[in-house]
Amino acid sequence: MRRVRQFFALTFLLGCCVVIGAEPARLPADQLAKAIRNDAISIPTPGELFAALEKPGKPNWVGQMRGPIGTTYKNRPQIALNLGSLIADGFIAVEAKDSQQVKNIGTDIIKLAKALGVSENVLSRGNSINEFAENDEWDALQEELEATQNEVKSSMQSHRDQDLIILVSVGGWIRGTQAVSAAVMQNYDERAAKVLRQPALVSFIESKLNDISPDMRDEPLIKEVSGELPGIEKLVTFPAGKAPSADDVRKVNEAVGKVMSRIQAKDAK
Amino acid sequence: MKLSILSLSIFAAISFTTATALSTPESDTEVAARKAALDLAGAFSNEGFKMRDGHWSGTIKPKEHALIAVNLYAGNQYWFSVGATDLAKKIAVNVYDETGKLVQTEGYNEGEKAAAGFSPTSSGQYYVLVDLVEGNESSVCLVYSYK
Repeated sequence: MRRVRQFFALTFLLGCCVVIGAEPARLPADQLAKAIRNDAISIPTPGELFAALEKPGKPNWVGQMRGPIGTTYKNRPQIALNLGSLIADGFIAVEAKDSQQVKNIGTDIIKLAKALGVSENVLSRGNSINEFAENDEWDALQEELEATQNEVKSSMQSHRDQDLIILVSVGGWIRGTQAVSAAVMQNYDERAAKVLRQPALVSFIESKLNDISPDMRDEPLIKEVSGELPGIEKLVTFPAGKAPSADDVRKVNEAVGKVMSRIQAKDAK
Repeated sequence: MKLSILSLSIFAAISFTTATALSTPESDTEVAARKAALDLAGAFSNEGFKMRDGHWSGTIKPKEHALIAVNLYAGNQYWFSVGATDLAKKIAVNVYDETGKLVQTEGYNEGEKAAAGFSPTSSGQYYVLVDLVEGNESSVCLVYSYK
């Protein structure tokens, strides 16, 4: 009788495997650790973050725009960080449907891109951004901003400026998180707050910063940004499915705001 | 309007392909796999999904797989589209959560193209598993769309 029961149990288990296909129901931790991670697909764009934030209700995007930042930085890592943050600003201006602000940000993006010596392809993107902004083509603008960011990174790769690529992503992520946490603080909603949970993303950014050249890693600004990331990682580590409280969101906003201030400071070395 | 957005997405994707090609030349099979993935993802654009301007490309041998980490946001809907060259007869796409647990997804499968779609309830890291179920060693490309 016991054997008959075992036979039926085994048959049932095999049946379940056929229903869900040949894929294992759970992957082991060592396999997850070896997963491919790269900047092009593992780091979400500001557009993805903002799309998720908008689901519970349109946030106050106008209130998240910031005044113009400097475009005359001399330090290349600082330029790359600010370039990434400006691209996030572009996404915010698109969400706010402020065409003049989009054009201003587009001009500043091109100034910083020129300072890094990126290719002519990127510079021509500035004209497209202006044209789409003139015609209020918001979806096209979002795609153009994403394409600009990718083209900047591609140009950096071809100029052997590999180390700057991750800095563009870091600048974009910090500015995007600053804007999102501020929007959630203004009108707290658990569903909106859930978008701030990204511990693996911060951990990936930390590991990429550890891989950059020792010279760049020793730059005071990069040291400072890297030094703040473990703290930020803890702040965005909430249990899966649980929303951070309004106070948790405020702490995230303060932490990324502090880093953003250093990135855009004129005297950063 | 949707058509113009779709055209623009494909134009942007091809522009980026050209830009990337300047730094790392792609083989013909990689370009073919990318085209197959973009064709499939283009179908989701008609339903309001925005295609992420980024991708992963690689080669998979029979019975092998590739596991790619992505970071997703609760509230968004996602479709992961994979294209391969015609040496691949059947490919499969599955999504796992950060603990390695298989996630229930909607699926699409048509020979050398496959897609999986779902809406995460928790923000964080997920893993996309691309399998070459039938066929010979093939270039594959993964792109994703969100709304």
